[in-house]
Amino acid sequence: MSTRLIDLVHITKSYDDNTVLDDMNLYIRENEFLTLLGPSGCGKTTTLRIIGGFEKPDQGTVLFNGQDITNLPPNKRQLNTVFQKYALFPHMTIAENIAFGLKIRNKSKAYINDKIKYALKLVNLDGYENRMPDSLSGGQQQRIAIARAIVNEPKLLLLDEPLGALDLKLRQDMQYELIRLKNELGITFIYVTHDQEEALTMSDTIVVMNQGYIQQIGTPEKIYNEPENAFVADFIGDSNIIDSIMVRDELVEILGAKFACVDKGFGTNRPVDVVIRPEDVDLVKPEEGTLQGVVTHLIFKGVHYEMEVTANGFEWLVHSTDMFPVGTKVGIRVDPYDIQIMNKPSSEDEEAVGINE
Amino acid sequence: MNKPVRKKAPAGVSYFNQKAMTAPYLFWSAAFIIIPLCMIFYYGLTDRSGAFTLENILAIASPEHAKALWLSILLSIISTLVCLVLAYPLAMILTAKNVSHQSFIVLIFILPMWMNFLLRTLAWQTLLEKTGVINSILSFLHLPSLDIINTPYAIVLGMVYNFLPFMVLPLYNSLTKIDPSVVNAARDLGANGVQTFCRVIFPLSIPGVISGITMVFVPALTTFVISNLLGGSKILLIGNVIEQEFTQASNWHLGSGLSIVLMVFILINMVLTAIFDKKGEGTAL
Repeated sequence: MSTRLIDLVHITKSYDDNTVLDDMNLYIRENEFLTLLGPSGCGKTTTLRIIGGFEKPDQGTVLFNGQDITNLPPNKRQLNTVFQKYALFPHMTIAENIAFGLKIRNKSKAYINDKIKYALKLVNLDGYENRMPDSLSGGQQQRIAIARAIVNEPKLLLLDEPLGALDLKLRQDMQYELIRLKNELGITFIYVTHDQEEALTMSDTIVVMNQGYIQQIGTPEKIYNEPENAFVADFIGDSNIIDSIMVRDELVEILGAKFACVDKGFGTNRPVDVVIRPEDVDLVKPEEGTLQGVVTHLIFKGVHYEMEVTANGFEWLVHSTDMFPVGTKVGIRVDPYDIQIMNKPSSEDEEAVGINE
Repeated sequence: MNKPVRKKAPAGVSYFNQKAMTAPYLFWSAAFIIIPLCMIFYYGLTDRSGAFTLENILAIASPEHAKALWLSILLSIISTLVCLVLAYPLAMILTAKNVSHQSFIVLIFILPMWMNFLLRTLAWQTLLEKTGVINSILSFLHLPSLDIINTPYAIVLGMVYNFLPFMVLPLYNSLTKIDPSVVNAARDLGANGVQTFCRVIFPLSIPGVISGITMVFVPALTTFVISNLLGGSKILLIGNVIEQEFTQASNWHLGSGLSIVLMVFILINMVLTAIFDKKGEGTAL
């Protein structure tokens, strides 16, 4: 266990009557790449702005290395932000942009020049010192924004959907670049995005948020393979979420058919939600399957085929490298460890569970 | 992504040559800008017999004219600076307000402009008179009276009052164009409020400042109504001198000559501001 860099303790924030964050608790370890993931309006950007000092929580404290920084203005915090729209100073050259934070702190000219060179090399934009920001492409501007932040050697870098405005190819390149930067610099990253793929690719830890509540905290693998509730399962990747009954430990009844599973402790004959990823559904001969169905849709996706199979009144989403034409009768089989059992939310409120980890 | 396609004129309009569409404007500028300007140059460079002369231009060197010009420039510069100092904080407050409040405050500022300019200035005359409203209140409160009517102070006051909106609006315009996240970025990079203002907000508002200075300085330099009403007949600005040449002395030649000199000073102002605005960010409004 490494030390905690940021601690959010009982953070509540509302605008007018709209509660954006409700009693949120979260800590971020040193050197962690943590992603706040969720749909727009889930409170992830507000969380980032509270850490950055641009918003004050209505209640709760923000601790930085154990010290209360809740009321500290942004310029007094040992962290830097990369903004969604780059926010480069349009009246300054690239070099002046990067030097901004260093000049404020009265660093020597030689030090600043060294740092500019170093930072531009780090983001692969050597020789851009004298260009103006608006002569750069979006991806280049974003890299300058990152360079401008990291020359200040912050302990923590906040990134607010920094790749949102870039096209797909550039976004993927920048993802690798960010991972590389993080490993080279050893800075803690807090990354905000609504793009689940981005979150899975880059993060050490993902925090899934919805409606101001943390839904689940975990590694990308854990979030993807063992979602704790239907929201997380649905938000991260495609999934089949099915109303089922937990017959007893290690046996679940899905759409009338009994499947072996690995989960225990849900009691007997309890209604649960079951998540099965489309790539975990095995299509076999009808007589070999636990359930029988008919292929109703077939799309070629490149890496795999995407099929819809209607079985016992439910449309199963299936990803497979084997192709079954529309109308084929198939059997459905799922390996026990590919079945993820989740408790049903017992009330509206719990639909968005606050988890204190 | 679709590339923006330059729209072609609809079929019905294509009958007209696009240049033909500018005809009304060309006519307007020829009739009311170019021709009058030529006439001013004609009168300014000739004497009553119609012979070419530079006398009307050089007349600016005579002590009374030079004094009037100097006083005009001085008062205009002072008024412009006062306007800038008053307008900048106001424009910043405006920018920080939410939209519904913004339009209300802008309305309050524009509202006086809906009233006649002469009327507003006359109102100030009544307010400032030795036995006027302000002095009545002051004497009622046993405070020393305010004797600024018929002094340059009253003229500056009138100029600032009348031209302040012309400073506020371009400033407000350029301040609202500053992306708030740029300001946040400056704070994030360690700049305190003053540093953020000096290094980011003010430099980015320069186009508005330039535009505001021009829009206040030019009318202030040429005004004769404000100096007539608030300066009495004692204080002559270059505007008054020119007006008198036309209306009282009926010497159109001298009046035009002095106007040309004044135009040169306005051009100098514009060149200077253009140099400050070197990045060609254009002027707001």
